[in-house]
Amino acid sequence: MSNDEKEAPGKPDSLPQLVLGFAFGLVFGFLLQKGGVAKYEVLLGQFLLTDFTVIKVMLSAIVVGMVGIFSMHALGLVRLHVKQTRYAANITGGLLFGVGLGLLGYCPGTGAAALGQGNYDAIAGIAGLMAGSYVYAETSDYLSATIQRVGDRGRIMLPDLLGMRVTVFLVILVPLLIASLFVLQRLMP
Amino acid sequence: MGYEGAAWSPYLVGALIGVLSMATFYFSDKPLGISTSYARLAGMVGNLFSKSHTESLKFYQDSKPKIEWGVMLLFGVIIGAFIAAYTGDEMTGAWVPLLWQDRFGTDVTMRLGVAFLGGAIMAYGARLAGGCTSGHGISGALQLSVSSWIVLACFFAGSVLTAMLLYRL
Repeated sequence: MSNDEKEAPGKPDSLPQLVLGFAFGLVFGFLLQKGGVAKYEVLLGQFLLTDFTVIKVMLSAIVVGMVGIFSMHALGLVRLHVKQTRYAANITGGLLFGVGLGLLGYCPGTGAAALGQGNYDAIAGIAGLMAGSYVYAETSDYLSATIQRVGDRGRIMLPDLLGMRVTVFLVILVPLLIASLFVLQRLMP
Repeated sequence: MGYEGAAWSPYLVGALIGVLSMATFYFSDKPLGISTSYARLAGMVGNLFSKSHTESLKFYQDSKPKIEWGVMLLFGVIIGAFIAAYTGDEMTGAWVPLLWQDRFGTDVTMRLGVAFLGGAIMAYGARLAGGCTSGHGISGALQLSVSSWIVLACFFAGSVLTAMLLYRL
């Protein structure tokens, strides 16, 4: 990426960033609650395939964020933070996460929002999240030498897999995602 | 089903979360992501028991257990949801969700036990996969990370399977 020289906006533990983090959190939590995704019944409804609120929220966020962030990146206003691809760890971790998510009924973000709206069972979920994180840290040395090495491909993007330019890929993908939202609204209003 | 749904349109809420992502990239050079903050908080608790042991763990050498942007984001989410629920008259104040009660009864201990177990498994999975529903599912997916789309599919596969086993057997 050519424009990654953009100046970093202060350390994450500087006072302005602490305040910004809290402010962004306020907005995020407010939106999650208004979107209904802090509710156990709405989340389980998604997993039982009777309520598609979660997918509607996520796809809408992905479409708007995708267009916005790649546009800002093209203008040199932001840096990208593409995630590491490690096939074995991604798949194993993703499936484990899903099982935990089905049991708890809240994800890490919506769990915090659930607590905010008074779902006290989220307290046990948050305690579990902290415990599980620490157990992971205990095993992080071993995992980084084993499973995280399997299928380690670095920070690859979907267009890289197809040998396409990012812009071309977006011109195809964004309308497809919008179309899928319309189909979803038709099938699952 | 008789359970309450969302106050606002999911498309509007999603679009605004997309705009919020743009703001965090621009003002903080950070994608939205929550799960690492629980790990940092856990590390801070670990420091109370044995600082030297916690600091010896590889994960905490990369992600320091301290209050930073992401932890403040997490605190903000709790308060923001409280403001939304309080002003929207949607506070629940319940230890056991209604849908769970209809299936498994009102036993608080059982619900909290399963919630704790679920949270622990989920956190372990998030760390192994490299993020959660916000970090991978929204921020990573919108940046076209290959890993995020794979992880997102696995999130759904695991949660659908688990929910079906819990509620449809």
